[in-house]
Amino acid sequence: MSTIPPPVEQPGHHEGGVTDAENSIELKEIAGLSQGQIVRKRFFRHRGALISMVVLAFIIVLAFTSVGVAFGNWKSGGWWPYTWNIAVAIENGGRPTLSLFPFAIGNHPFGQDEIGRDIFAVVMRGTQQSLMIMVIVGAIATFIGTVIGAISGYYRGWTDSVLMRFTDIIITIPVIVIGAVLGRRFGISGAPVLAIILGLVLWTGLARLVRGEFLSLREREFVDAARVAGARDRRIIFRHILPNAIGVIIVNSTLLMAAAILIETGLSFLGYGVQAPDTSLGKIISENQVAFSTRPWLFWWPGLFIIAIALCINFIGDGLRDAFDPRQRRMPTDKALSRATFVTEKSA
Amino acid sequence: MATFIVRRLIASIFIFLAATYLMYILTALSGDPLEDLRTSTAPNKQQLIEARTALLHLDVPPYLRYFIWIAGVGKCFIGQCDLGVTVQNQPVTVLLAQAAGSTLQLVTIASVIAIILGLVVGITTALRQYSGYDYGVTFLSFLFFSLPIFWVAVLLKQFVAIGFNDFLSDPQIAPWIIPILAVISGLIWMSILPGKGRRKLITFAAAALASAAVIIYMDLSDWFSYPHIGIVGVALTLVGAAFGVTTISTGLKNRRALYASLVVAGIGVAAWYPFIYFTTGLPFWGWIGIGVATVLVALAVGWFMGGDDRRPVARTAAIVGFVAFSVLSLDRFMQVWDDYANSGRIKGRPIATIGSGTPGLEGSLWVHGVDLFTHLLLPTLALILISFATYTRYSRASLLEVMNQDYIRTARAKGLTERTVVVRHAFRNALIPIATIVAFDIGGIIGGAVITERVFGWTGMGALFQNGLDHVDPNPVMAFFLVTGSLAILFNLIADLVYAGLDPRIRVS
Repeated sequence: MSTIPPPVEQPGHHEGGVTDAENSIELKEIAGLSQGQIVRKRFFRHRGALISMVVLAFIIVLAFTSVGVAFGNWKSGGWWPYTWNIAVAIENGGRPTLSLFPFAIGNHPFGQDEIGRDIFAVVMRGTQQSLMIMVIVGAIATFIGTVIGAISGYYRGWTDSVLMRFTDIIITIPVIVIGAVLGRRFGISGAPVLAIILGLVLWTGLARLVRGEFLSLREREFVDAARVAGARDRRIIFRHILPNAIGVIIVNSTLLMAAAILIETGLSFLGYGVQAPDTSLGKIISENQVAFSTRPWLFWWPGLFIIAIALCINFIGDGLRDAFDPRQRRMPTDKALSRATFVTEKSA
Repeated sequence: MATFIVRRLIASIFIFLAATYLMYILTALSGDPLEDLRTSTAPNKQQLIEARTALLHLDVPPYLRYFIWIAGVGKCFIGQCDLGVTVQNQPVTVLLAQAAGSTLQLVTIASVIAIILGLVVGITTALRQYSGYDYGVTFLSFLFFSLPIFWVAVLLKQFVAIGFNDFLSDPQIAPWIIPILAVISGLIWMSILPGKGRRKLITFAAAALASAAVIIYMDLSDWFSYPHIGIVGVALTLVGAAFGVTTISTGLKNRRALYASLVVAGIGVAAWYPFIYFTTGLPFWGWIGIGVATVLVALAVGWFMGGDDRRPVARTAAIVGFVAFSVLSLDRFMQVWDDYANSGRIKGRPIATIGSGTPGLEGSLWVHGVDLFTHLLLPTLALILISFATYTRYSRASLLEVMNQDYIRTARAKGLTERTVVVRHAFRNALIPIATIVAFDIGGIIGGAVITERVFGWTGMGALFQNGLDHVDPNPVMAFFLVTGSLAILFNLIADLVYAGLDPRIRVS
């Protein structure tokens, strides 16, 4: 960067503040709507988030219907003819049969590995595991983080000190390190156990954020009013303060889920995550990274699914942030702005 | 302020001690350290088990065994570190000394580059909000957020290392690639620089033509086999740097600063010949010494040319002096590239995919520097992608938040130049939240380093950690944690200092 570029003036839009025209657009859009409706409306106009929702839903349906689900000994079949743990005769040298021109899916669209397992089935099973881990980690970490943050932010004093020092202790240990140590012990017990354990260490960032929110919200007038009206602490925390902090919590728990999926795949790659005979996206990559030059498809597909899931979650999180944060205005189009400017000038 | 720092330091040391206790217990309970012996069929099985139990104090329960370990660590203060032994009866202190260097290098270099790049890109995107550049960077940072680091590392190894090495064996850029690269470069510059309509087209054409000319020159002069900057390149870069640094640091209206920078640039160009040809046997500290001397000379030039307002002029000149030193050093490193790449140990495939250094490589400081570069390039790239995305997003958000504050409007209303408003009023305040994020993120970079080292086959601290964990042996794991934890404390301390520097409220109370 050699020069600081001067700001470009947009018509009717000032860098530092908000014009009347912008305000009138904003007010007209939200007139007569409830908070939930405003949030929903703002979320649905974030195009990236909307597309991500559709893609993620497609991936979830694809992963769970194609090869069916299995818990322990119970199994349900899917519409895909192969499963992730049974090898079949190798066709076509194991190369993927998926082609776009002319479009064809073939018997093994993602190819086969060296013993003949269908990679599509393996990747689908891995996607299932990663999605499940993501949801469990998200739920547990959000719950713990919210409770600890809420209690220490609301009560302050020594409760706050104890809880926050405890949070600091966990934060000091890099997530991958504590995840590996715990994964080595609990990875054999299956993916759900691993997910619970990961959830137990990933809540720290959220706890700090929720605490900060509570510290500022508890000084507000509506909390004083509730206290004067005789509400007990539990009611104030859950009915008065928590709904006001829900934006921060939801946004950060989505980002937490995106982080969880990357951490799980990273741990599985190092060998401390999901263990054989089960599989996960990280484990597939770890097993096949030496075969990259001969069988690159073993490597491409699981990676693409990890990126697709994490990218979708991140975009949904961004959409939620825009929806919940009233300070983050969408920039109105020039046309809408000039019309609004015209209207406000005429009425003035 | 000193009390503030000391209090923070003491608190973080206690927290770190508690964290080591937790880590020790978790590691010790993560499995059975005697598992391989219990299932072995050796006739002296019982003896082996007893020997290992005695070696690692396994008869002491973990929550007490920790104190044996921490007592050994405590001896570091009297110069006799004892971090215990591994399962194979190797002293961990020795292993750590071998492993720590390369990992710390990787982590530190990756953090510094990610911070600088993230700040620059984040701030430029915030200043050019809603431009094509802004949207492009936003999408890229989301993509980088979502990349699994091991996947990127394997890809880099396959495509960048092997592909680039293949390219270097016959460095000719195909004619049809040149216009594509030129158009891409034109588009990037067009989206970054301000302007509309005609101005944009001119920017595009100028950037595309300049890029095409540079690429054709590189192609014709066989630049990839014999990279160099040369005295013309150095002169152009330094004059450009003098103007650029002055614009940001004091503004071009400050003629004294501009002239001082140009004088320093001139000194740099004059020093090119002696620096390139008389530094073959320079030791590492000599090189650092030259760097410090350059900055000091530049400071003096700025001080004497500064007139009434010495400090900003001296600061500007010193920054230009540092740039001059960096450019000259870069050219000097490039001089040995050809010898390095074609030496018997490298055999024309310079970008390394395995290990953290060429074993047994002999040569000058410059050869070792190039060796370090070829080994660090890919792991660092893999590591910075993710942190870069984080820092970009946070610095952009933080600067946008600050730019909406009333005091920025006041500063503009006073008639200050845009440069003063952005650099002095907005940038300083935007840095405060970023300092927190950077200190917080160091754990993520260390975790990423563990994975990256594994992909690139380094025998660094990641391997130490993994070997220890695989054998349920807390000593190497704790040695790893001791170093990374201290690094995290160090970064937090730096963040506190930066805070105090930026925020007068902390400095005073």
